[in-house]
Parts: sequence; C-alpha cells; structure tokens
Amino acid sequence: MKLGIVGYGSYIPKYRIKVEEIARVWGKDPQSIKKGLIVNEKSVPAPDEDTATIAVEAGRYALKRANINPKDIGALYVGSESHPYAVKPTSSIVAEALGITPDLTAADLEFACKAGTAGIQMCMGLVGSGMVKYGMAIGADTAQGAPGDALEYTAAAGGACYIIGNIKRELIAEINDTYSFTTDTPDFWRREGKPYPKHGGRFTGEPAFFRHVINAAKNLMEKMGTEAKDYDYCVFHQPNGKFYIKAAKSLGFNEEQYKYGLLTPYLGNTYSGAVPLGLSNVLDNGKEGDRILAVSYGSGSGSDAFDITVTSRIEEVVNKAPKTMDLLNKKKYIDYSIYLKYRGGIKI
Amino acid sequence: MRDVAIIGYGQTKFGELWESSFRDIIVEAGVKAIVDANIDGEDLDAMYVGNMSGGLFVGQEHISSLIADYAGLNPIPCTRVEAACASGSLALRSAYLSVASGHHDVVLAGGVEKMTDVADATAAIATAADQEWESFFGATFPSLYAMMARRYMHEYGLTIEQLSTWSVIAHDNGSKNPYAQFRFKTTLEQVMNASPVAEPLTLMHCSPVSDGAAALIVCDADKAQEFAPKDDIIYIRASTQASDTISLHSRESMTTLNAARGASKKAYKLAGISPDSVDVAEVHDCFAINGLILLEDLGFCKKGEAGKVVGDEEKIRIDYDEFVTVNPSGGLKAAGHALGATGIRQVGELYWQLKGDKNCKDRQANIKNGYGISANVGGTGGTVCVHILSNERK
Amino acid sequence: MVVRTWRHINERYCLIGTRCKTCGRVYFPSRNVCPYCRRKGKLEEYKLNGKGKVYTYSVIHAPPKDFEKIAPYVIAIVELEEGPKITAQLDCDIDEVYIGMPVEAVFRRIKEDGEDGIIDYGYKFKSLEN
Ligand SMILES: [Zn+2]
Repeated sequence: MKLGIVGYGSYIPKYRIKVEEIARVWGKDPQSIKKGLIVNEKSVPAPDEDTATIAVEAGRYALKRANINPKDIGALYVGSESHPYAVKPTSSIVAEALGITPDLTAADLEFACKAGTAGIQMCMGLVGSGMVKYGMAIGADTAQGAPGDALEYTAAAGGACYIIGNIKRELIAEINDTYSFTTDTPDFWRREGKPYPKHGGRFTGEPAFFRHVINAAKNLMEKMGTEAKDYDYCVFHQPNGKFYIKAAKSLGFNEEQYKYGLLTPYLGNTYSGAVPLGLSNVLDNGKEGDRILAVSYGSGSGSDAFDITVTSRIEEVVNKAPKTMDLLNKKKYIDYSIYLKYRGGIKI
Repeated sequence: MRDVAIIGYGQTKFGELWESSFRDIIVEAGVKAIVDANIDGEDLDAMYVGNMSGGLFVGQEHISSLIADYAGLNPIPCTRVEAACASGSLALRSAYLSVASGHHDVVLAGGVEKMTDVADATAAIATAADQEWESFFGATFPSLYAMMARRYMHEYGLTIEQLSTWSVIAHDNGSKNPYAQFRFKTTLEQVMNASPVAEPLTLMHCSPVSDGAAALIVCDADKAQEFAPKDDIIYIRASTQASDTISLHSRESMTTLNAARGASKKAYKLAGISPDSVDVAEVHDCFAINGLILLEDLGFCKKGEAGKVVGDEEKIRIDYDEFVTVNPSGGLKAAGHALGATGIRQVGELYWQLKGDKNCKDRQANIKNGYGISANVGGTGGTVCVHILSNERK
Repeated sequence: MVVRTWRHINERYCLIGTRCKTCGRVYFPSRNVCPYCRRKGKLEEYKLNGKGKVYTYSVIHAPPKDFEKIAPYVIAIVELEEGPKITAQLDCDIDEVYIGMPVEAVFRRIKEDGEDGIIDYGYKFKSLEN
C-alpha cells in the first residue's frame, strides 16, 4: 500500500541574530566560528512565539496545501525539545487551534532533534494500518543554548508540519520506506528543571551524529537497493553546516543533491524542526519523480531515514502556502540585548 | 415627578492625597456639602455614592456601610453606585430619582476614588473596558481613546495641534481652580512633546490618576427654600443616562458616542432648551479626544468641526463670549480625574458657576441664559450620564 | 483564571463567533442574543476567516505589566471581512501600520499567568503586504 505526504507547511520566526553579534558579546572571533560551523545567522522567536505557535502556523499552512477537512485527522504528534509546558501537552493546544478536536489521538514527543521525524513514522504506522485516515506530525522547536556556549550560535527556532495519508491521488510525495538506527549515546542532554542543555563537546561528532546518520542512510539504501546517485536530493540533520556537508559528502552526495536541504547557514539549528524544514524546502523545489533521502538525528541517539518520491501533485499545492525560502528571507535583525530580552535572559 | 434642587456642594482637593485615606476624603467632602447646604446630617433621608473600584484600588467593597459609619450617619441608608468613570453622576441620578419620586426629601449624592494606594492603577482602570475582549489582548484604557483619536483624525483631518490645544486650555483653566490637581499652565509644544502613552496621545492628552471626593446635597425644590437662600438654589432640569456597547470595537462609529448623543438629546428635551441656551459645560475629557467628541455629541458644533472650534478658534475658552464655556474647572485633564468622584465634581462646578460662587471667581463663565450641562462618561462610552442645571426652577 | 481561559479557547484560537440566522449579522465575540432581532434572532456558531483591514490603531508605550516585554506594540481594531470588528495586537513594526492595511489572523502567545501559571494563546494579526 502506498502512503505518503498529502500536505506540508513550514514556519520560521522573522527575527535573526548574526554570529558576529553573539561573538562580539563573548569576545570571540566571528570569522572562525562562521567558517568552523558554516553558520552565519540564526532565527530567534518573538516573545509571543513558542513551539505551540510555530506548530500551529506550520499546521495551518499544511492544511492549506492538503485541502482536507481537519476533522479527518485522527492522530497528531508534536515533536520538540522545547514544549512550552513541562507537563501539559502542546499537541492539544495545536489540535484545538487547527480545528482537529475532539476525535483524535494526540501526544507530545521528545527525542532531542528527531522527535518530528519520529512523529512522521508513527503517523505512517497508524495510517498504514487503517487506524486513522490522516495523521499529522509536526517538528518544532525554540531551542536555547546556554549564554556563551557554542550552541548559542546555532540554537534556533522554526518548525514544519506533515500530513500523512494513503489516498493515492492526494499524495504530494510517496514515502517508499523508512528505517531507524537507535543506540544509547549520551552526547547531549538537559536535566529536568534546567534551562539549558549540556553536551559532550567533540563526542557529539563521530560516535554520535555521524555514526547514526550514516548508518541509518546506508542501511535504508541497502534495504532499498539504492546508491547516492539514485537520489535527486538529500536532507540530513544539521546542527551546523559543517556536520551536514561532511555527512552528505561521505555518503557520496554532491552539492546539487544536498543544497536545498541545507538551511542551517542562514537559519541555525531548529532541532526537531531541522529535517522537516529542510525537507519542506526540497519539496518546494521538487517536481514529479524526484527521489529524496531524508535522515534526521536526535541526540541520545537515533536517526530516522526516509526514502521519498515526489508526485505530480506537488505543482498544484506548492503555492498554496508560503514557501520555506520566502519565510527564511523575511527577516529582521536584532542585537544581543533584544535577543536576551526576548529569550527570557532578563528577569522583569 | 417633583422638581429637584441642589442646595450644597463640597469637595476635597483632587490629586495625590498621600496623607488621606478613602474614608477620610469621602467624609471630608460629605461634611463640607452638609455644612454648605446649611442642613444637619440627620436631615438626610439617604446617601448615594459613586465609586468605580474600591475593591481594586483599596481592597474594600461594602463602602456604603463604611461611609455611613465614618460619617457618623448610621442608620441613614447608603447605597454605592457603579458605572466605571460615570459612577458619580449615576449616584446623582439615583439621588435625583429618589427625590423626584417623592420617596426622599433630602439626599446626599457623593463620589469618591482613592487611586494612589496602588503602585500602578493601569490594571484597575482597564476594568472599565471589556476585560475578555479588549484588555486581555493588551489594549490599555488610553489606547482605546487613542484609537478613537486616530480614527477621528482619519475621518475628519483633525491635527495633533488642534487636539493638543484642548490640553493647553484645560491647564489655563485649571490654574485658576484651587481644588485642581494641576495648577500649572502648559504650551502646545509641551503637550505634543510629552512622553507618548498610546500614539497619538501623549501624557499631556491624558487625565491624571487622582484621589478625590465630592458631594452634593439634593433636595425637593419646595423644601429647598427652608434650608437655603434663593441664590444658593440651583435646579436639576434633566438627569438622563444612556448605554452603549462596552467594547469600542462593537460600535458602528468610533468618532461619536451614541450614548452621549442619546442622553443629551433627551436631556435637552426634558429641560426644554437647545444647546444654544447653555452657558457652561463640564464634559468628560479623560482624554483630549473625548472632549472634542463630546462637544459635537452634545450639539455645540457639527460632527468634524470640534478641531476647528477648539484648536483654531479656541471658542471654548472662558472669555470667549459667543460660544459655550467648556470645562472652566480645568476638566478631568487639569482638575484631576478621581473616577467615581468626577461626575459629582462636574455638577459641583456647574452649581458654583450658575450661582456665581466665590469658589470660581477667577474662572467665572458668563451666565446669560442660566443653563449648564455636564456629560460624564463610563468606560469608552458604554455608559453616559447627562445633567442639565439651571438657576430657574422652570 | 484557568477556567476563564479555557471557556474562550474556541473563540480565541479559531475565531469562532456567532451568526444570526434571522438578520444575517455576524458577531465576534459570540453573543447569545442578537441585539437587532432579540427574541426573533436565532444564533448559530460561525467561523470567521481571519482576514480583514486595520480600522484604527495605536502604538502603546505605557503597557500593562503582562505586556512590558513587548512594548512598544501596536494595538488595533481590525474590521473582518465578515463584518465584525475586533481588538487585537498587530505583529508588525510600529511604523509599518496604517488605517486600511490588509491583515490576517495568526496564532500567538498573548500572556501568561506568571512563570508557573497557564499560558494564554489567541489571535494577533499580521500584515498581508510583505
Ligand atoms: Zn439578528
């Protein structure tokens, strides 16, 4: 049975802060950071935005593209590591605001940066088994790095929503298969009640990000009997530009294949939103028959890999909601003091 | 219905009365009014007191009992009346109706607000607006009037200079009122360059946060002759009230107050006069724009003309003879705006003006026809109460 | 305040108002009595599309405590396509707004009941011009 994406939508807050501005505050050399991370600026949520509002905006755009009755959505998952409440679901807020309630199952997911793609897999299971007609999966975050920490240059805000269904004529893209690779690898964590995460420094690289992303990609390609050259596009998790490009290249992908999926240099790392947003930009630029490999990564650690083929319906829906690049290009720069005020760094 | 007269008035100074409590100020105003009317407390049949929010400003409800108690007037019935900033004139209207009906002969109508016991009065003031659909979304009380001003500017080409002249005149008048909160004069530049509160309104387009109390003694017109000399008796020729939507956004027009038009039209009819006969008006300029709008809604000029009348020609000034004198007290802008007390203070000013009282000798309007009108507004116009006073009984 | 927030979720999240079947007027927030038809009125739930124009506005420089962090901000009365006017904040620069500006509803945090209290969500409006 074919199943896949019937609607997608993305949302990026309009505020940006440049690497230069953060580096200025901490007395660091911006050029070496920009070169080292391949990140120039990152998105910052407005004080009236959070994971729930980002999820709702992305969800509304996804519904516009899907053109389905929201009441037909039987499952909603919001994946994030920055849910507005420690206890109280984001998904119920989103379901209410999108007009999906009350006939649905909903839950919040957390798996560092891959909770969004985990939601897509859960929806695939429910739709594929016939338990629900449509499932909605959203990956969204308003990630925070500790002031002065390396993560502060990249931790960004944004999200994207995918509606999963199995009515063939409704599919924008078929999901041919999915595969996940999971181990207990504590490279990044945040303890309960603590505002900022901690990480294992260089340990986040080879044994964590690269091992999981590359194994997930390779094992899915082996399962599908494909090679890098069989894909028109690829998307990987992107904590920074450098990890993304290194992973892509080591798997045999070239710049033409990976360029649309890479948003981090001008967006930063949107955590649970990263692969969903990268994929939305690929779909914005996709055409019938394009084949996509998408691989997320969540610290702790796991990777979800997807093999996707775009259908002809993409052309009908792509302009029904703002494209990801339009959202990315609509921006307003703020300085560090405003950034601090907006992110709760000043207590009033 | 019996004719109703006012035979006495008293008020506290309006302003930041740090030394005085809620009960201190209403008792002070009440005693002054009783003494002024030359009656004894025991002559009172009832008391009606306007108060917007004892609960939010001083944490005290049941102020009716508190006032009767501290005035030493138990067991005279005391009733609190509330309609946000129009509470005072509604108390007067309640007193008026109780006397006109024949139920009472001598009644005290008071108003009181103690606003400075809280560090920030903003939230309490905002409860005059719709809490669920205006305040919830971040609208402040000044911002609602600012949106009226913006719309008025859009519809009628009102300039910021014209609007600001209102405040200049208000302070000129207030400087001559010993009870006024602000007795300093100001200039157009100072008004326009004051710190912005809610654009296009600056601090100098807004009435202040004030403590204050005021009280009138209302009496059956026949019985009035027993207490007061003829010259000290002023007659209430109309007491009217009208309602409108609590939310500004629910109105068809935001450049007119339907309740003010309705209440004043009815009042003119009851008094048997037209706006031309009015010598002096006290209008509710909680924000300068409301002063301009009320001039139109009370029929003193056509819709859209108030900017010219106030700004270019300054016709509302005390010494301008061919037009009604407006807010000789300084209005809410300069005399102060102790919410629940304001409606009583407005009518108190008319009482003084019409009888040529020594209290307003420096700001006496030219009384030709012997009529004064007050318009007291609750919220953004959800309640408006109008009174017409005259030195003639009929 | 939790209950008051909950009671209005439908209206504040989804712009659900009421429409009088007798006279066709649309109300937001919803009403139980049509002020024009009163007992002859028959009110039904009605979802507004969230599109409208700025009818009037102000830039607030003296905010209440709940809104200090975002001041100065734009408050506006928006005239919705279906007729009702509503008060809401605009998500736009303070020098961008003008009367007649086309806007569309967006979903935002409005305020919170302290750091450990409930978060109130609802509508704001964004400019449709850029
Ligand atoms: Zn009707």
